[in-house]
Amino acid sequence: HRPEAGHEDRPKWDNKVQYLLTCVGFAVGLGNVWRFPYLCQIYGGGAFLIPYLIALVFEGLPLLYLELAIGQSLRQGSIGVWNSISPYLGGVGVASMAVSFLVGLFYNTILAWVLWYFFNSFQDPLPWSQCPLNENLTDYVEECVRGTAANYYWYRVTLNITPDISSSGSLQWWLVLSLALAWSIVYICFIRGIETVGKAVYVTATFPYLVLTIFLVRALTLPGAIDGLEYLFTPDWGVLLNPQVWLDAATQIFFSLSLAFGGLIAFASYNPRKNNCERDALLVGCINSATSLYASIPIFAILGFKATTNFNNCITSNVLKLTNEFDIAEKNITADNYDMWLKTLNTSHPDRINSLELRECNLKRFMDQSVSGTGLAFIVFTEAVIEMPASQVWAVLFFIMLFSLGLSSMFGNLEGVLTPLFDLHMVPSWVPKELFTGIICMVSFLVALIFTMGSGNYWLEIFNSYVGSVPLLIIAFFEITSVVVFYGMKRFSEDIEFMTGHRPGLFWHLCWMGVSPLMLLVVLVAYVVVQVQVQPQYPTWNPSYTLFPEAEVKPYPDWVFAICVMLSAVPVVPIPLVALYHLIRRLTHPEQHTRDEPHVSNPYDNKAFMFNIQPTSAQWSQRSE
Amino acid sequence: MWVWIVCLLTAAPALAEPLCSKEVCDNYGYKVRISIKTALGDKAYEWNESEMFLFRATVAFAMRRYTSDETYNVSDIVVCNKTARVSFWFLVTSPANTAQLVPRGQVEAAVRLSRNRINSAFLLTDQTLQFVGILPTLAPPISYDTPPWLIVFGVVMGVVCAGIITLLLSTLLKRTRSKKNLLETEEEEDRRGSITANGRLCESLREKDPGRGHPDDVHLSKL
Repeated sequence: HRPEAGHEDRPKWDNKVQYLLTCVGFAVGLGNVWRFPYLCQIYGGGAFLIPYLIALVFEGLPLLYLELAIGQSLRQGSIGVWNSISPYLGGVGVASMAVSFLVGLFYNTILAWVLWYFFNSFQDPLPWSQCPLNENLTDYVEECVRGTAANYYWYRVTLNITPDISSSGSLQWWLVLSLALAWSIVYICFIRGIETVGKAVYVTATFPYLVLTIFLVRALTLPGAIDGLEYLFTPDWGVLLNPQVWLDAATQIFFSLSLAFGGLIAFASYNPRKNNCERDALLVGCINSATSLYASIPIFAILGFKATTNFNNCITSNVLKLTNEFDIAEKNITADNYDMWLKTLNTSHPDRINSLELRECNLKRFMDQSVSGTGLAFIVFTEAVIEMPASQVWAVLFFIMLFSLGLSSMFGNLEGVLTPLFDLHMVPSWVPKELFTGIICMVSFLVALIFTMGSGNYWLEIFNSYVGSVPLLIIAFFEITSVVVFYGMKRFSEDIEFMTGHRPGLFWHLCWMGVSPLMLLVVLVAYVVVQVQVQPQYPTWNPSYTLFPEAEVKPYPDWVFAICVMLSAVPVVPIPLVALYHLIRRLTHPEQHTRDEPHVSNPYDNKAFMFNIQPTSAQWSQRSE
Repeated sequence: MWVWIVCLLTAAPALAEPLCSKEVCDNYGYKVRISIKTALGDKAYEWNESEMFLFRATVAFAMRRYTSDETYNVSDIVVCNKTARVSFWFLVTSPANTAQLVPRGQVEAAVRLSRNRINSAFLLTDQTLQFVGILPTLAPPISYDTPPWLIVFGVVMGVVCAGIITLLLSTLLKRTRSKKNLLETEEEEDRRGSITANGRLCESLREKDPGRGHPDDVHLSKL
């Protein structure tokens, strides 16, 4: 096995567009569609953009630039990169890999749910538009009548959810099938590494924009759309004084850009060395935020439409009650003169009016019913789609869009797991790449079967809150301090000068050395403090709850809470462990273990080698054959 | 005698309209609410006596159909308490004896049996031609032999599996072909003696990429 062979056959992108689309696809995910609009709404509309953009400029872009630059210059996956900087830092890469794996597990389960809804959108009428009949065929199922049909379809038909997390229920076979298909699709896109991924992203990264535009045009023509948009974007400047807003903006930009997963480092490592990664970072970061904004417009237009429809239905039902009670001629009471009629009738027959139990119809209250996450996609949006003519088309488009958004993010997750393993030659050479990828997909599928049980949704929320938050912040903090302290800003600037043609400006220096680590530390501490203060509890769907269909909030049992803490701690434990391991090795075998010896034979670590030759892209492509 | 006359006089009005009193209606009658404008919008027709006549005729038809008694007539259906809402109460009297009222249960059963026909006569639905107290018949859910979602799933899964197998096979073929090529070139190398540049055969460089091989030789020689 010749020494250069490991770097001769490093895969590479066919062209720059593939690389950019893959990075954009990784960054733009489900959160852009269902988390950002929600945050915008609850944090005073247009005013939220200020902390969001500040966080983007001072935290998101510097970290993004750092990851792309370090990956491109050291040409390794996450473990290899940090190992190259210092063997003590290898744990950072292992932590990235662990987090990527865990996040990939539950993220693909969400895609399995999207697939399930997609398959069920090919029916007329849509199955979530009506309640099923009970066994006697005398009335609708009670659980459905008390909630709504869309709620019932999501919680009972799809998830078959148990009343709490302790009762696991059984594996739901339809979800197992959907999950198998989701992992098969991920596998087929990954079968030849970035060769196939690069082709898949042409579709998965661009298709969502097409669908969002179609939805935008359709949504703006719906009644009540403008009310929804007004409600979303009307700024409430007082919200800027609330520290929670700044915290949420910082965490949102951080998770939105998919930093600290190791996927971006891996993607950048397949680039030719002379590539302007500064421009790439700015492009990817700005496209991600622009997509969030662009997606929130049709989402909120449709939510405004739904609120207006609910309001109109509320008024209509009240009008009908009044008309029937007082035998007034049809259509004499309309939505316009409803208030006047109500006042007149209330003065003459107050007791009869009271007995009618008229509903309180307030448009603002309907708009306030903000939802994020799976609730937005699978309940609120599906209800809205039923009201639109040609519902099947819109439902199919919507779910394909969600699937391609999520699939392109899954590429990054899986890349963050596979590339470090391949780079460190942990895979025996007789195992072909395809087989190993298949094994990883199969293992992930089997572990993710927990999310297909009755209590799966509760576990998914736990993974989402505890794995996809604090560990990433810790890893990012270590990433930035490693580069600044261990690698050295001087060496890093020289690398960047070699790659892009100019040294990074003062702004970047300031951010990397001061502003960004400080911001990360503040966000991390604040996040932990806020989490610790809140008693860990979760909303459950319990049909036997007295206030059903409201969610019954239950506290986590102790064993579940222990698992939550483990999920946050175990991915970051490698960071001190690996450092300790190397320290012990150095102390016990000082003659064998020199301080500067890099763990991986990376010829580009030798500074002399870097300065003497000026490689061209033609030579690198020949080397990678 | 005087008492008798007084009793008759007081009882006469009561006897003259016993049917539309509250107790009788509650025990024997049903309230009907008709919402034509809601159902038909612009094409709404006006509710007049002729429409009422049609209604009484359809209810009489329903009674005939249910009891298989062909003596029911429009006159057996009594309508009371008409309002501008378009709502009213109706009672059914027995054709044999006009003083005897048909029990509520029978009326309900008759209406349920012919509900569809009554609705169609007026171009209305269960909700817009409302019999207060008679629940609308619920449409049975559409049941499929194979759930449609399984069909879509099967198609997509089939395509994906076919794709995976195709790609794996093509990779396998490519690898065995290149391994065979490599064995051949190694044999050649053994026979001719190796001229290597940077660990690779010049011949194999030219073979693989005739376009780019030569300029790279020039670059390599700079070292």
